Amino acid sequence: MSGRDWLMATALAASLVSCEPRDTGVVTLRFWALGREGEVVKDLVPEFERRNPGIHVDVQQIPFLNAHEKLLTSCVGGTTPDLAQVGNTWIPELTSLGAIAPLDERVRGSATIAPTDYFPGIWDTNVAGGALYGIPWYVDTRLLFYRTDLLAEAGFPEPPRTWSQWLEAMRRIKARQGPGRFAILLPVDEHEQPVILGRELGAGLLRDGDRYGDFRSPAFRQAASFYVGLFRGGLAPAWSNSQVTNVYQQFAAGDFAFFITGPWNVGEFRRRLPPAMQGKWKTAPMPAPDGSHHWPGVSVAGGASLVLFRASRHPEEVWKLVEFLSEPAVQVRFHGLTGDLPPRASAWGFPSLAGDAQTAAFRAQLEQVAPAPKVPEWEEISVQIWQSLEPAIRGRESVDDALADLDERVDRILAKRREVLAGRRAHVR
Amino acid sequence: MSAEAMAGSSIAAPRRALPSEVRAAWLFVGPGLAIIFLFFLLPIAAALLLSLTDFDLYAVADWRNLRLVGFENYSHLLRDPLFWKAMRNTVYFVLVGGPLTVVVSLAAALMISSRLTRFPGIFRTAYFAPAVTTLVAVATVWRYLYHPRFGLLNHALGMIGISPIDWLGDTRWAMPAIILLSIWKNFGANMIILAAGLQSIPEPLYEAARLEGAGWWRQLRDVTLPMLAPTFLFVAVMTCIGYFQLFAEPFVLTRQGEPLNSTLSVALLMYKQGFRFWHMGYAAAIAFVLFVVILAATTLQVRLAKRGEA
Amino acid sequence: MKRPVATFFLHAALIVTALLTILPLVWMIMASLMPAGEASSEPPPFFPSHVTFEHYRELFVRLNLGRVLFNSAFLATAVTVLSVLLNAMAGYAFAKLRFPGRGRIFGFLLGALVLPSQVAILPLFLLMRQLGLISSYWGVILPGMATIFGIFLVRQYALSIPDELLDAARIDGASEARIFAGIILPLCRPILITLAIFTFLGTWNDFFWPLVVLTDDAKYTLPVALANLFGEHVQDTEMMMAGSVLTVMPVLLLFLFLQRHYVQGLLMGSVKE
Repeated sequence: MSGRDWLMATALAASLVSCEPRDTGVVTLRFWALGREGEVVKDLVPEFERRNPGIHVDVQQIPFLNAHEKLLTSCVGGTTPDLAQVGNTWIPELTSLGAIAPLDERVRGSATIAPTDYFPGIWDTNVAGGALYGIPWYVDTRLLFYRTDLLAEAGFPEPPRTWSQWLEAMRRIKARQGPGRFAILLPVDEHEQPVILGRELGAGLLRDGDRYGDFRSPAFRQAASFYVGLFRGGLAPAWSNSQVTNVYQQFAAGDFAFFITGPWNVGEFRRRLPPAMQGKWKTAPMPAPDGSHHWPGVSVAGGASLVLFRASRHPEEVWKLVEFLSEPAVQVRFHGLTGDLPPRASAWGFPSLAGDAQTAAFRAQLEQVAPAPKVPEWEEISVQIWQSLEPAIRGRESVDDALADLDERVDRILAKRREVLAGRRAHVR
Repeated sequence: MSAEAMAGSSIAAPRRALPSEVRAAWLFVGPGLAIIFLFFLLPIAAALLLSLTDFDLYAVADWRNLRLVGFENYSHLLRDPLFWKAMRNTVYFVLVGGPLTVVVSLAAALMISSRLTRFPGIFRTAYFAPAVTTLVAVATVWRYLYHPRFGLLNHALGMIGISPIDWLGDTRWAMPAIILLSIWKNFGANMIILAAGLQSIPEPLYEAARLEGAGWWRQLRDVTLPMLAPTFLFVAVMTCIGYFQLFAEPFVLTRQGEPLNSTLSVALLMYKQGFRFWHMGYAAAIAFVLFVVILAATTLQVRLAKRGEA
Repeated sequence: MKRPVATFFLHAALIVTALLTILPLVWMIMASLMPAGEASSEPPPFFPSHVTFEHYRELFVRLNLGRVLFNSAFLATAVTVLSVLLNAMAGYAFAKLRFPGRGRIFGFLLGALVLPSQVAILPLFLLMRQLGLISSYWGVILPGMATIFGIFLVRQYALSIPDELLDAARIDGASEARIFAGIILPLCRPILITLAIFTFLGTWNDFFWPLVVLTDDAKYTLPVALANLFGEHVQDTEMMMAGSVLTVMPVLLLFLFLQRHYVQGLLMGSVKE
């Protein structure tokens, strides 16, 4: 090819790269949905587009694996979509970046979205700095999945309601199961379990307006001791997630009788456990620490929210989509497709949910959920929690030393936050 | 040979440069140098500056939240146990994977360069194929090959009586699993270079050795290896530099450092700190420490080689 | 045939090694043609019970693979064309054109070869943001348009072009541009082809930078799309394998076709240390 041909090829390439989509009068919304929800929501979109002929929704499915990085990168790079599904623990980060828009006004004027219809703990996760920044889309909390037969054989026809009952049940199960098998599976690289146990005892996790770590508080100390004790007592194996080859097969084989996990596993258990096992498992809300604490014990308020980005040029249309996805009937349909639980109490009245025995436990648990501390650093702090507890689990460190180490690390992570809040540079939202 | 000497060796007969030639020269090097400067050198200089600040999410929200912290990032990372774990993992990878890769490459090069070999081209192609592939694609294949129950590797080991190993789940075996993958992927490229070096060894040297009654092993030791030394050094240094930058394999194969950070490399730690937690200043400091380590290792290697020559 | 025993063992070793080396790639193809779920059996099968193309079909539909293939091909081609041009120009200038500071600049560039590129990722990302090039094809093309290694390769090769040839052309009144296009480029064809292959391969296989800079999934390249698929469909072994095959096959075939030049190029870059 001659030099001129190279030049023409380059020019052509450049023109392809810089061309913009033509304006056709239809508003196109870019919606980032994560994981399985991203695949499924494409089935819900046609109904919305039918009702709103001038709006087209372009759903981009983002895998959970690096969704967090991708979201933050897009905020920094200025390529945010109009609407996104985000984990509700990410909302503090997004608000500190000023990337998402407050929604109080819109909610007040909305006929579809009634704040009182939502579980309070869940609604609360979307409030940052006194303003509402997201609408809950589906909820996620963690509770007990257990083998009814193994529990019954150990003398517990009903699931345990206090920690002492729970401990007794686990001990008996372990004694019956023998070496190589355990009572409960607690992956050591997850922070949810110790956080749940801490929350049940009322631990704040952070103190002084979320400026310092509070992991040496009596409440969390007690929870951490209980947690680490389960491993040291041989009731739980010290495995990380990647060491669990197939959790469903192992649960069916009786390698462990308890498993703390979330609603997606209701569908997975039904799908992947052999037919013989289907009558032998059940869900139950978290046990309370003791009789003086209310039952069920507090669990994490997880789940995803819909957020509207400030840079969006079509906020009105985005809000219509948010309202659509928040309609109870649509939420129930969504549940049918994904197994995700609706955040609205009225949606739970529908037959498909009201009649499901396994999700009943979630309904009870959702009344007792607490959000994570609302700091942008929470993602990093949650990683420190399990990393600090791991040496204690393996017997290399005492619980007190591990918690002191955790507090030190968390204090360091929050150092910048303290400075910014102290107003030396008062440029934080 | 120093860089300057190399750079200047092309000047045959000194001749005064015509102004038109100089103008043309700048026009020719201009675009290339501009790109390299703007998109490579400048970011690196910026990274150095960044490492002296505490650039993070707050600074992204508002640049006035940025603060110059001097060497605080460096002192913190030198005291961070996670950094040392990453460094240990990376050094483990380099010290074990590096020599193994080079030895396998050498063996392969010797085999395909042997006068006895028929159809060397076919073998060369087969050995080089892994180097042509995208790491992400082959990592997915290897992930399944390493599966404790459904993987071909454990199946093959089972046939000779070895019980299944949880390659990617066991903290002791995860790094060896990555090393094996890296050897497979990289030995072909090194092999080609070494084979070229082998071919440039003059035949008379071998004949002389054979006349003295040297067998296959003596020929290798006394003729091949010494003559191959410069090429070998090149391959060793390039492999070392590349392996210190280990990133993509743990990123894709072991889900970013699992199990329990046993495959966390320095470059991966840098990515996580920078893109997951947005401690960009800290991440830049990590990158520079890595650079210094690579520079030191390379210099050491070259020095040792020079001393070995003497 | 001399030394039959040694020959036999040598070839046995060669063949076994070759089979082991290509085994993962062959299994990749095999698994991609298996019906869903078959690859995750115990013991793992090697051959599909019956061949099916359903995963490839599903990939094209689900992943919009046509678009992704286009992105990879477009970017690899654009970067290759532009970088060969720029590297050739600079390499030639360093070899044959005299200008002040030439030696020092080249020496500096050689030294910069040791710098690991990861160091530059974060500021480069911030720079791209300033330029508004995040999620644009130019964000990937621009940084790849010239490389130190490319300039080095061309320069080493161009050194061997006789000065007399160039002088004669100058005396005849040819401009520098004419000399470059008419004499240098044709003479440097072997190294340029090698460089083109290098660059194409490198850009096609590049994972990290496109991952960071291309946030819009309409612009994903194959490795990035594959990594995303990986995140969600770990259970769907066969489909993952099909995705891998699609990523690997084009370049593998390209390489098989052009391997002679590639090998030569590697030799030229290394032996002259």
